[in-house]
Amino acid sequence: MILPVVSMRLIAPASIAFATGLFILLVDLALPKGRKGLLALLAVLGLILAAWTSTALWGRNELAFRNMVVADNLTSGASLLLCLTAFLVILLSRHYIQREGIDLGEYYALLMFSTCGLTLFVSGKDLIILFLGLEVFSIALYILCGFNRRQLRSAEAALKYFLLGSFASAFLLYGIALIYGTTGSTNLDKIAQVVILNRWGNLTVLMVGVGFVLVGLGFKAAAVPFHFWTPDVYEGAPTPVTAFMAGGVKTAAFVAVLRVFSGAFGDLYQDWAGILSVVAILTMVVGNVIAVAQTSLKRLLAYSSIAHAGYLLVAVVANSTLGIASISFYLLSYVLMTVGAFGILILIGRAGEGHLELKDIAGLSRSRPGLAAAMSVFLLSLAGIPPTAGFVAKWYVFTAALKEGFLSLTLIGVLTSVIGVFYYLRVIVYMYMREPVKTVAEAPAWSSWTAALAVTIAVAGVLLIGLFPGSLLDIAQVLATGVR
Amino acid sequence: MFSGTPIPSRFTIGCNYLTWITFLPLVGAFLILFLRKDRYALIRWTAFVTSLVVFLISIPLFTHFKLGTPEMQFEEKVPWIQSWGVSYHLGVDGISLLLVLLTTFLSAIATLSSFSAIKERVKEYYIFMLFLETGMIGVFASLDLFLFYIFWEAMLIPMYFLIGVWGGPRKIYAAVKFFLYTMTGSVLMLVAILVLFFSHYQATGEYTFDLLKLYSLSIAPAWQLWLFLAFGVAFAIKVPMFPFHTWLPDAHVEAPTAGSVILAGVLLKMGTYGFVRFCLPLFPQASQAFMPFISILAIIGIIYGALMSLVQKDIKKLVAYSSVSHLGFVMLGLFAFTIQGLEGGLLQMINHGISTGALFLIVGMIYERRHTRQIDDFGGLSKVLPVFATFFMITTLSSIGLPGTNGFVGEFLILLGTLRSAHPHAVTYAALAATGVILGAVYMLWMYQRVMFGPLDKPENKVLKDLNFREVIILLAMTAIIFWIGIYPRPFLSRLEASSYNVLKQVQRPAQETIINVGEDPSSQGEAK
Repeated sequence: MILPVVSMRLIAPASIAFATGLFILLVDLALPKGRKGLLALLAVLGLILAAWTSTALWGRNELAFRNMVVADNLTSGASLLLCLTAFLVILLSRHYIQREGIDLGEYYALLMFSTCGLTLFVSGKDLIILFLGLEVFSIALYILCGFNRRQLRSAEAALKYFLLGSFASAFLLYGIALIYGTTGSTNLDKIAQVVILNRWGNLTVLMVGVGFVLVGLGFKAAAVPFHFWTPDVYEGAPTPVTAFMAGGVKTAAFVAVLRVFSGAFGDLYQDWAGILSVVAILTMVVGNVIAVAQTSLKRLLAYSSIAHAGYLLVAVVANSTLGIASISFYLLSYVLMTVGAFGILILIGRAGEGHLELKDIAGLSRSRPGLAAAMSVFLLSLAGIPPTAGFVAKWYVFTAALKEGFLSLTLIGVLTSVIGVFYYLRVIVYMYMREPVKTVAEAPAWSSWTAALAVTIAVAGVLLIGLFPGSLLDIAQVLATGVR
Repeated sequence: MFSGTPIPSRFTIGCNYLTWITFLPLVGAFLILFLRKDRYALIRWTAFVTSLVVFLISIPLFTHFKLGTPEMQFEEKVPWIQSWGVSYHLGVDGISLLLVLLTTFLSAIATLSSFSAIKERVKEYYIFMLFLETGMIGVFASLDLFLFYIFWEAMLIPMYFLIGVWGGPRKIYAAVKFFLYTMTGSVLMLVAILVLFFSHYQATGEYTFDLLKLYSLSIAPAWQLWLFLAFGVAFAIKVPMFPFHTWLPDAHVEAPTAGSVILAGVLLKMGTYGFVRFCLPLFPQASQAFMPFISILAIIGIIYGALMSLVQKDIKKLVAYSSVSHLGFVMLGLFAFTIQGLEGGLLQMINHGISTGALFLIVGMIYERRHTRQIDDFGGLSKVLPVFATFFMITTLSSIGLPGTNGFVGEFLILLGTLRSAHPHAVTYAALAATGVILGAVYMLWMYQRVMFGPLDKPENKVLKDLNFREVIILLAMTAIIFWIGIYPRPFLSRLEASSYNVLKQVQRPAQETIINVGEDPSSQGEAK
């Protein structure tokens, strides 16, 4: 029996996140109720360490654990981005969970476990590791969604996410089984070899397997038609958790999509490009069109998150180095703007997750001009208007698509983004151009310096990347060429 | 993949003149950000002094402009996003020179005119005004398509806020409509820009958005048609050409006075400028092919705009529709492909900015006094407002195109250019357009008569105060230019001349057969996967 190479270095980000989670649980026992600030600090320290070990993976291109785990630039970049997301989310959560009366140590521990699952997921070079990572982060997120258990909507979100998520996981697992059945392996590299040599058992069965994997991953990425959970869960979950799902899970899901589709099944490109194009078009159209009718800000951002999955899928369909580079750049921009936007929702919200309807932010530019200005930056970036990161990201994605000749996909992309402009602007209309509506018995406004810090970081990031994208574009290019 | 050749830097301290002009308004906006929001006077004066300084330092552009060469002057070029071949490339030729000056002039005027009209959220208002100025100058001065697109889009944001926050009763509808219309056109242009970018790469192996390099590209006529359409729709919406004009009356009427001045004076010119700067030189064969089509739409615009003006009851709406008519003239001149037509069209862009800008200012002044713009509410105003009546008359005549005013020079050149055009129906075009001139006189003079003459029968009108010192200064500046261009247009036309000949040369160059196929990349095949 040959023992597999154990190379803890390559899974250091995941291990550190996991260890931090366990440590938080231990320390939590010693802390009195309601004084869990230390745990947030621990989590941040753990994340910084995990981020540092992620950067050490850059340029390594190594495999370990019987080729089940890969450390390439994509792993490194994605882990770094996931750590950044988790960091921002912890900043957003600190005072929010006190406000909502759910200041429990487990919250931070679950966030760390979820981060562990996500980082493992993005380093998976084997369908089994992908499944393992997916389950680890999903189960932690199911609990986090229902963490505000006194709230009916939170509990509903958790149950919905859990039930539908289990279905999606089952699909994924069945897909893995079918792929294993036809190719004889769960390792993505081995599958790629089998595919190149046309040595599969039965193409139909293989394609059904690929389709099922698409269902599983599309569910996590919130692509149409696997998106039905998104608005309800995004709305019901505690807002920082929503931000984490929107930023972190989307990032991880797209890394996995790249690994499976562009990586393992790259040679079957002709067979899946059509399906993925249809999914991309549906996602862009449905996400943007339904968002127009939303009055709840969280639901609006949920549909916006669906729409952005569509733009990302366009770059997946392009299936080129440039496509991968544009996806990584897009994900970074997207994380900053969407986590920032949810951060604003946290700051303008009131205890009990109230005050999050469109009408509630009427006249925000008078009462809290700073928040309104920051929110405008995020919305304009989500809409893809210069000089913001979102604009450069969209430009990059469409460049990648057009370079491979996907003119119609690009046209649909840019035209649906005009629909996007409409509903993002509507939020600005409410903030700047409408008078506030007087409401009775509203919980008092509150503030949180950590959340404000997170929002400031995100605003600075969105504007700086928008104005000076050069070096990051170079990094994205290097990242994409290093993907194996 | 995108490692184009490095761009040689020609950037040295002392010649970054255009950068100063472009970004000085932002510095002013930044200063205002730190003022207390109830220090109204200080905020106003900071904004005005900033825009005045920008105007003053833009004057040397005019005086130091080298005549007789179509080359870009005051050029600046530094690499910006090297991997994409994007450079920060500014420069002006005769065409953009005048538009940059128009922008700085009208921005200063518009800022000054807002002193009494804007009473709430003063701080934000002037910040947005200054942002807008930077965006507009940037549009006219950029010579890199990426940079141009950024300014083109970014400029929408302050304008959107200006209409939406400080506008009239239907401001939200107007602001959103304005934004969505323009955005729809722009995204199509984005796709066309990317196609150009890749076709330049296929032809030369270099990734660049540099306009001067893209000029040398010859594109297959079939592709030219599509690219012309994609760019053309974006510009036609902005101009606005019939039938894309429906956002204009809403936006103009609802915008605050300064917003209308900027909209009519500068923003509409971005559309016509886009045609001259991009569509004509980049897609010559398509321009030739679309010429009758555009001329007919322009003529429909001239007559339709004039007829709509004729029936308006609201003075501001009348002026708004007259813009549709005037811009029809500009488009007709530009697409005559004769030197007179082109120069006339370009000069008329400036004229329209001045005359219609002045008309909007006048409407704003009377609105501040009476809080109505309905023609029926006025009558006999010349008896109580003699100074106002004089300026209003001069502006009206300039809008009609009376000899001695700026409008005459522009319209005359356009009609002459159309007559001399090579197109078989050129005489018909000119004759139809000339009816627009007559209709223009009818609706303007009729409006003037109903507002200023007749019995002074409304008691509210009897107590109106004549113009104050600030308003006289504003209108004096505008009328000075009206007469300057009307009597001695030489300094303006001489600056336009070389650039106009150059555009004509580009649009009349013969077709060359090259094939572009987006997606088929001869040199990097396989590497992408």
